[in-house]
Amino acid sequence: MASALIRVPERARRGEVVEIRALIGHPMETGYRRTQQGERIPRDIIRLFTCTYNGTEVFRAELHPAIAANPFIAFWTVATESGTIALHWTGDNGFTATESAAIVVE
Amino acid sequence: MIDASGSPSRREFLLAAGGAAAGVALASVVVVRPARATPATMQEAIDKVVGTARVSPGRVKLELPPLVENGNTVPLVVRVESPMTETDHVRAIHVFAEKNPQPNVVSVFLGPRAGRAGVSTRMRLADTQTVIAIAELSDGSFWSDRADVVVTLAACLEEP
Repeated sequence: MASALIRVPERARRGEVVEIRALIGHPMETGYRRTQQGERIPRDIIRLFTCTYNGTEVFRAELHPAIAANPFIAFWTVATESGTIALHWTGDNGFTATESAAIVVE
Repeated sequence: MIDASGSPSRREFLLAAGGAAAGVALASVVVVRPARATPATMQEAIDKVVGTARVSPGRVKLELPPLVENGNTVPLVVRVESPMTETDHVRAIHVFAEKNPQPNVVSVFLGPRAGRAGVSTRMRLADTQTVIAIAELSDGSFWSDRADVVVTLAACLEEP
């Protein structure tokens, strides 16, 4: 299980635009590097990042090898209702990770 | 110049050898393709996203440091001017790099629930180059911004 670090505000006013930040530990191996023996290191990256707000997808990012190791993504969403904001990462070699946080909207 | 035995003279031999070497050099220039995106492949990648639509400069703000010491992790911020309402919002933001091994960097998809059209991340830069951000709006129009970045230490080249 990869270590993910997410930041979601605990409380927000209804309709407020809140920032969500996500950082996950992952090498994001590009597939272009070679070992000292000259063998190509196979690609191992996170391909897809999604954010669901109470089950509805509000943000999606398709990542390519040009994203730095330990991908950091920050974006915005409208605090519509209290509930759960869940972040999902999926990638090569069957990599998946999910992290969620509760938000209270008043 | 050819003697009775039919073997070529020294001059002819050198001429022929030189020609062959030049031929080999020329062939290798044609065959060996750089393992990185060029402005042409970036244009191809952009066309794949944009299609035949016109991309106008403006409305998008791409923030990248102008001088980067380490290309392995470069902070990148894209912001798009948009009210982000149901009828007028940003559908997607795409980022392209012209001299990385692949032109695509990231594609993000958002909607009116984003509230604010923008994304921050960290990217790799293999060389001093131009990075382009393109935003697709709900009315089908495309807007772009570009940033020139000077890179001192390139990503992708170091030994693990």
